[in-house]
Formats: sequence, C-alpha cells, structure tokens
Amino acid sequence: MRPFSYQRATDPDMAVQALGAAAAANNPVTKALVQPLAGGTTLIDLMKLDVMRPAAIVDINPLARGWSAIEPKSDGLRLGALAKMSDVAAHAEIERNYPVIADSLKLAASAQLRNMATLGGNVMQRTRCSYFRDVSYENCNKRSPGSGCAAMDGVNRMHAVLGVSDQCIATYPGDFAQALIALDAMAEITGKAGTRSMPFAQLHKAPGSTPDIETTLQPGELISAFSIQGRWPRSVYLKARDRQSYEFALSSAAVALDVQDGAIRDARVALGGVATVPWRAREAEALLKGQEFDEALARRAADAAFAEAKGRRHNSFKIALGKRVVARALQQAVTMEI
Amino acid sequence: MPDKPGSRTSAFDRRAFLAGAAGSALVPMTARAAAQEASAPAARDPSLPVEVTLRVNGKDNRLSIDARTTVLDALREHLKLTGSKKGCDHGQCGACTVLIDDRRVVSCLTLALAAEGQEITTIEGLATDDRLHPMQQAFIDNDAFQCGYCTPGQIMSAVACVKEGHANSEAEIREYMSGNICRCAAYPNIVAAVKQAAPEIVKG
Repeated sequence: MRPFSYQRATDPDMAVQALGAAAAANNPVTKALVQPLAGGTTLIDLMKLDVMRPAAIVDINPLARGWSAIEPKSDGLRLGALAKMSDVAAHAEIERNYPVIADSLKLAASAQLRNMATLGGNVMQRTRCSYFRDVSYENCNKRSPGSGCAAMDGVNRMHAVLGVSDQCIATYPGDFAQALIALDAMAEITGKAGTRSMPFAQLHKAPGSTPDIETTLQPGELISAFSIQGRWPRSVYLKARDRQSYEFALSSAAVALDVQDGAIRDARVALGGVATVPWRAREAEALLKGQEFDEALARRAADAAFAEAKGRRHNSFKIALGKRVVARALQQAVTMEI
Repeated sequence: MPDKPGSRTSAFDRRAFLAGAAGSALVPMTARAAAQEASAPAARDPSLPVEVTLRVNGKDNRLSIDARTTVLDALREHLKLTGSKKGCDHGQCGACTVLIDDRRVVSCLTLALAAEGQEITTIEGLATDDRLHPMQQAFIDNDAFQCGYCTPGQIMSAVACVKEGHANSEAEIREYMSGNICRCAAYPNIVAAVKQAAPEIVKG
C-alpha cells in the first residue's frame, strides 16, 4: 500500500472541504487524491491491491452521529448513509415494510463486513472484475482509460450482459442498490454548496466510452442519506450465486409489487449480478402492470427484462439464469403473506 | 468472493520474518521521522509514523505506527498479540476477526488510526484468569478444528454470532458464520461447538 495521510472529519463541512481541496477538474471521484473512509471494506482492500492510490484519507466515521439514523415514517423511509448494513438489515420495521431492503443487505457479504460497511459506501463499492482488481493486467479501461479490456475475451463468467459497452463489461457487484433503484429512492448529496437531492437512479453511470467514470458524484461530494416514498411490504430480493452464502450474485432480482384484488397495480423489477450498473427492468414492469399474475406472465416479463442482453463466451448462461430468477422472484412476491 | 485468475504472489518472505527482520522494519522510518520533523514540521511526509492509542483487551497501548497499519498488523507486529491470524488480508477469510466495541469486524481492513478510542477485543482477551471462555471450551470439546489457523477468528465470530441472536438453528449458525472460512472443513464440528456454547453465553 502506498503512503497516505490520515485525517478525521468531525463535521460535514470539514469533510467536504478536505475532500474537495485537492480535487482536480475532470478527475473522476474514484481517482480523487483524497478519499473518504467509511467502513473501509472496499477502499482499504483496493489500496492494498494498488488499484486505488489516494494520497490522503478523510475518515468520515465521526459524522455517523448525524448521518446514521434509520427513520421509518408513516409515508416512507429515510436511511442515513453512514448506517451500518447489519443495523438496517436487522431493523424490525425495515424487515416488515421493506423486505427487499432487509434481504438485499442480509444476503450481502459476511456478518463481519456488514458490521463495518455503511449504506453509502455499499452503493459506491467497485466492481469485482478480476482484471480490474489485478494491476498486473495492463488492459483495463476502468483503471487506465484507453488500455483495452482483458475481460472482453478473457474469463468473463462473472461479467455483465446488460448495460455493457465495447469498452467494459464489469458487473456492478452490490445488492442494496437494486432495492433502492426498484423503489425509486432519492439520494441526498452533501457538498460545498450544501445538500441536494437526486434520484438514486441518476447516481451510477453505464460504462459507455468512459468506464472510469462510474458515478455522477463529484470530488468533495458525499452521499448523506437515502429516502423512499411509501411502504413496500410485498417485496423480495432473490439472489442466485455459486455458494449458498457469502458470495456475489450471478444473478439477482429486487421485486416490489402492489397487488389489489388480484391485479398488479404497480410493479418494480431491478436486476443485480448481470448488469454494469444497478439495473431497472422497466420493460418487465410495463408488462406486469394492470395484469393478473400467472406463470406465463412472469415468464414474459422475465424475457422482456433480458431482451437486450448480450452474452459473451463464458457468461451467456446468465441470461437464462437471470430470467428464471426474475420469474421466481415475481412468484415469491405475489404469494408472500403480508 | 471472486475468482482470481493470475492471483498475485506475495513478496512477503515468511522465512525472513521468522528470523526477526520484520520487528525492526520500522526503525529506519522512525529515525527519518525524527530528522524531518525537526527541520520541516509544516509539510508532513505521509510515510512518517503517527502516534495512536489502541485499547486492546481493556488496556491502553500507546504506539507509533505507519498510517497504513491495520488493526491486525498493530496487534500482531506491534503488540505481539499473534492470536488474530492473517489469512487473506483482504477481508475474505475471517481469520483476523476481532470485536470492536463488541461488534465482530475483520481487523485486516480496519485502519488502526480509525480504531482509536474504541474497545478492541481479541482472542487473547476472552478467557478470564485460568478459565476458558465457554466458546473456547466448546471448540475443544467438539474437536472444532484441525490445523487451527482459522480458529481464533472462528471463535471471535462465534461469540458475536451468539450475542447477536443468530445461533438459533444449525442453518442460522451456518449462514451467520459464513464469513469464516475453514480450509480443513471442520464446519460440522464448528456448528456443534457454537450450539453447545450458545446457551451458556446467553445465560451469561
């Protein structure tokens, strides 16, 4: 690991000042010389691998005093960005009214990592692409723009089939973000100019021709909270993976339904493990809305979700697997007792 | 955890470490630090040691460390508490599990500087006087290890698993202990040990 200086931020102003101080224009936030430290489960790992090379670290954990509240309300939910994954996952009201959130967190990482990792850091975690994480591979457009992509014709079994470009097929690895994007969450962003709110769906950027730019966050900005309108008791997070526990998704689905008198009034479907960014399957949702549920409908919705999927040599199985995951998640959401 | 094609080989030389080289690695840096602090206090070299107080097993320890030092390395290299083990050093295996403020974490991804002011509990801090912690005794009773390398992490994780209320069935124990890998695959015996110790720990 390269040397860095360490500083604790005791209030949000101090944090955004320190993070914005050395910010170079055009430098994506992931390459900023000053990096925020929350749980550290991505940052310290990638610094050890020499993938991330900050000159300074700003420890924002003292901000947890104001930024870690879990606040269920009658008309929605607000989650502080420094709340720990384990605390949110185990919260009784989240389990009852937002099972898709609770399960997306419970099925991620390990108990130790969930005790460390924060919600804000979780959505900012970097891809697990082996070529991105191993600096002995020179060709990674995400690490070194213009260097090529070793995954494209390499061992790409874990890679994405949706949202891909000819520059990058790295999978977005998280689970919680799928729940957020399905529920139309808003992200609260704190920066020099104060606090602004934006749809969570606008946070991540598909790789396109600039895979090194992963989010719309600017250096000096921090996610301070997430908020969700309404309650979604009829929701599930289903995750298919190589092992039963402690593994990233091969394919996952966040599904939330509003079913009245047998008809689907509202449907939300988001996909994980198969896309370069948290992925909303609006085509599937459109097919479901207003319909009565049956297995054939679930299969049509699943087909629609993967209509644009592009498989490569080792990951084409994710298309068939992903469709089954979507169909099963829909089935579970329809039949669950609430 | 991901596949790791072309996995990196470590430059770390265990033989040299065992010969005592690692213990003196920080000495030149400390000497350089003293020289530079005297001449240029304003622009601080980030590679200079920094002062930190770590509270481990109820005792405060004043250390002068490199900012890059993890809690795991501070425990093993500076405090000579070698019970916590370095397996993967990337938060994937759980061998380095300790409790910080009574919550289990992987110490290899926790910066020592960030842990200042918190209570660190390691495997060395579990037993009281000459009596083993119920989880330590349960691991012995159930033969819950072969090589033993993952055991300190397993035991720390298991203590937390019980205290969190996640030891109510074999399936739940397996799920909530999945962050601790055992290469010898002593899993059935580990689950049995957690089951045995759980009521005693809950009872207090």
